[in-house]
Amino acid sequence: MNRNYQARIYVTLRPSVLDPAGTAVQSGLKHMGFENVDRVRIGKYIELTLCAEDEKAATAQLDQMCDQLLANVVVENYRFELVEMATTIGASA
Amino acid sequence: MKFGVVVFPGSNCDRDVAYVTRDLLHQPTRMVWHEETDIADLDVVVIPGGFSYGDYLRCGAIARFSPVMQRVVEHAKQGKYILGICNGFQVLTEAGLLPGALMRNRDLHFICDRVPIKVERTDLPWTQGYSTEQVITLPIAHGEGCYHADAETLAALEDQGQVLFRYQGDNPNGSVNNIAGICDRSGKILGMMPHPERASDSMLGATDGLKLFQGLLTAVVEKMSASAV
Repeated sequence: MNRNYQARIYVTLRPSVLDPAGTAVQSGLKHMGFENVDRVRIGKYIELTLCAEDEKAATAQLDQMCDQLLANVVVENYRFELVEMATTIGASA
Repeated sequence: MKFGVVVFPGSNCDRDVAYVTRDLLHQPTRMVWHEETDIADLDVVVIPGGFSYGDYLRCGAIARFSPVMQRVVEHAKQGKYILGICNGFQVLTEAGLLPGALMRNRDLHFICDRVPIKVERTDLPWTQGYSTEQVITLPIAHGEGCYHADAETLAALEDQGQVLFRYQGDNPNGSVNNIAGICDRSGKILGMMPHPERASDSMLGATDGLKLFQGLLTAVVEKMSASAV
């Protein structure tokens, strides 16, 4: 029986890649008075649900999604969390 | 020599390119909708500028998975010519047909300007109409044109002479090594942020881009007539 998962995917810039938007935000924070802030980096957060046989299958599919579309691995890293949801998909009613 | 100009939802320089190839160069040209799956009739595929699929997620990321792009990859494997301009360049890097990635401009602004561009080599069809190290002026119009590649990729690009165009003087967007346009190892696939199609008709006040299209045409026609003998 297939299980239903929620995935929370975090896409971040690789450390070697400059982040001009992060630098601009950091400057904004400093203007707010937060002189103690450093190394602001802006990434993306994506969530989705998927139906898969088990956690291993879901992880394999998510890796493929991230490698090919959700992240550009030339400049970005990704990680994700998988949470199994209560309901199942594909079970006959 | 037949040109095909790919049209994605959000492309906006497609007709400018077709105007150059069809009306200025008098070559058969057709628009290729992103859902098409047969482009075997084309000699040159042009992926034009614009905002394919709204530039959602990343510029060019979603276009890469459109039906026509699978055919463009086959077109590349056959050793045929591909030109990606601006958003087209971004699509080619996302598709892995060219190395590296295009990121947000250094100063975060969308830049719309005419900039000096140095032509690095002239032994390829794309650039044979220019003289070596000639500085030409081409329009740029992009928010994500900052070329990035890791040190190893960059060294390989430079060693193999794959950098065809470089920003001269001020670097407008922060691209590494002032890169404005690169080709693949075979020289058949070119991606560039500047818009040669917008500098091809004298009515628009500049014609430095036309030689790129003319050079390609001359090279391919010569090759065709040579193979016919």
